[in-house]
Amino acid sequence: MKAKIFASLSVLITGAILLYAVTDFPDFGDPGSPPNAGVPGGAPSASRYYLENTYRDTKVPNVVTAVLADYRGYDTMFETVVILTAGIAIFAILRVLRRDDAPAAPDPDPARTDHTIDGDHHRIIVGTTCRIAAPLIQIFALYVVAHGHYSPGGGFQGGVMLGASFILLALSGSLRETLTRFSESDYMRMAFIGIVIYAGLGLLPMWVGRNFLDYGALSGLFMTKGEEMARSHSMLGVEIGVAVTVMSIMFAMFANLSTRGRLRGGL
Amino acid sequence: MLSFFQETIVPHFNFWIYVVIMMIGLWSVIAKNNLVKKLIGLSIFQTAILLLYVSLAVKEGATIPVIESQVLAGSAHTEPPAAEGGKKALPVINPDGYANPLPHVLMLTAIVVGVATLGVALALTQMIYKDFGTLEEDEVLRKIKALHDDV
Amino acid sequence: MIVTFDIIILIFLVVAAIIALSVKDLLAAAMVFSIYGFLICLLWAEMGAVDVAFTEATVGAGVSTVLIVATVLNTRRRSSD
Repeated sequence: MKAKIFASLSVLITGAILLYAVTDFPDFGDPGSPPNAGVPGGAPSASRYYLENTYRDTKVPNVVTAVLADYRGYDTMFETVVILTAGIAIFAILRVLRRDDAPAAPDPDPARTDHTIDGDHHRIIVGTTCRIAAPLIQIFALYVVAHGHYSPGGGFQGGVMLGASFILLALSGSLRETLTRFSESDYMRMAFIGIVIYAGLGLLPMWVGRNFLDYGALSGLFMTKGEEMARSHSMLGVEIGVAVTVMSIMFAMFANLSTRGRLRGGL
Repeated sequence: MLSFFQETIVPHFNFWIYVVIMMIGLWSVIAKNNLVKKLIGLSIFQTAILLLYVSLAVKEGATIPVIESQVLAGSAHTEPPAAEGGKKALPVINPDGYANPLPHVLMLTAIVVGVATLGVALALTQMIYKDFGTLEEDEVLRKIKALHDDV
Repeated sequence: MIVTFDIIILIFLVVAAIIALSVKDLLAAAMVFSIYGFLICLLWAEMGAVDVAFTEATVGAGVSTVLIVATVLNTRRRSSD
């Protein structure tokens, strides 16, 4: 009880301070506010530069993708590394590799056992539908990755959708069957391959004496006329790397969490 | 009362709600007893921060930060004839017509990193359940205390 | 940006957050959290942040709910508060 009073008090004090600060915020939707237009008398906001010059620099209409993969490529690369690290952490925390891993505590909820039967009659309709839907989801996810330059989308969204299609297969059918197609060694390897694609594309410009992740130098590799199209193509490569890593780690997280790290049985 | 509402609440309504959601999330992280509830509260706390950033990016009368093909094709009309010079004129883009893309980029990566960290937290929760057989914080603390008393 | 829509979704958002944290069944809490994720995805789309909305729709309403449900089914469904 004492903890609840303490919690309420601290939350109320924090909230009061924040609410007091809110009155000094710029109006909602004001185009001239400091984050949108920059400080008066100072430098203009970086977002104005991005909006005005993205198409000139990179020939990519979707400014969010261009900023994500090109202008702030360093940031995105290490965000992807964070996701990989989370996948490794889950592996380290949960994964059980011994054979004698009989559950220490018996299942507290006996109603759960009917989820795990393979070939259950209830699963015929759902399983078949999901097996037909999964390739369509994957094709749409590939479209999202590839079309991220011109419409909302990109590596993160497409990667999560690809991972979700595998999660759907594991949920509707059996995890074991899904793991025969996308096994543990496969997904851990692919998670690293994604980072290698990203960092490799970043390292290539250093070969010709330019900076790390300076994709404009790759116009020879992609056989484009100017540096803009080289940056555009490199962004696609980077998005593919992000998508591969995110897909693998999303499925790895589900596979480990749903089976308590045993990768057997299922939800 | 009405003028207070219109002048103070409505222009900042998103920011008021961001504070409210943040308070709900923070309260649940401190006061809730169940560990999964704490994690749901932590995710709600996270979306409050996202709400603050994306609300700052909104511009009145602006559209999504994807430059339309009409604007890009509009350069065809302003293009000087090929005889004058080979270089194609570039479209003039008005930055006030598009939402601020920078907070979108930062929050997009934050969401995906957020789900990765949520996965790690849930893995830790499962290990706590495996070791102590419960998800309630006070019972876990009591069992840890009993373990120490035994030693 | 439509102010009325904005205000309605924000009020729903607070209601969904309170329900997700006050319901005692953790599976129901995960489902309400999914609704919360979908509402906030609508809010991003309404504010012009389409890429963020897309990510939230796949992550917030999809994968994070699945992860919470996986944990709840592997541990205990009841919560004391």
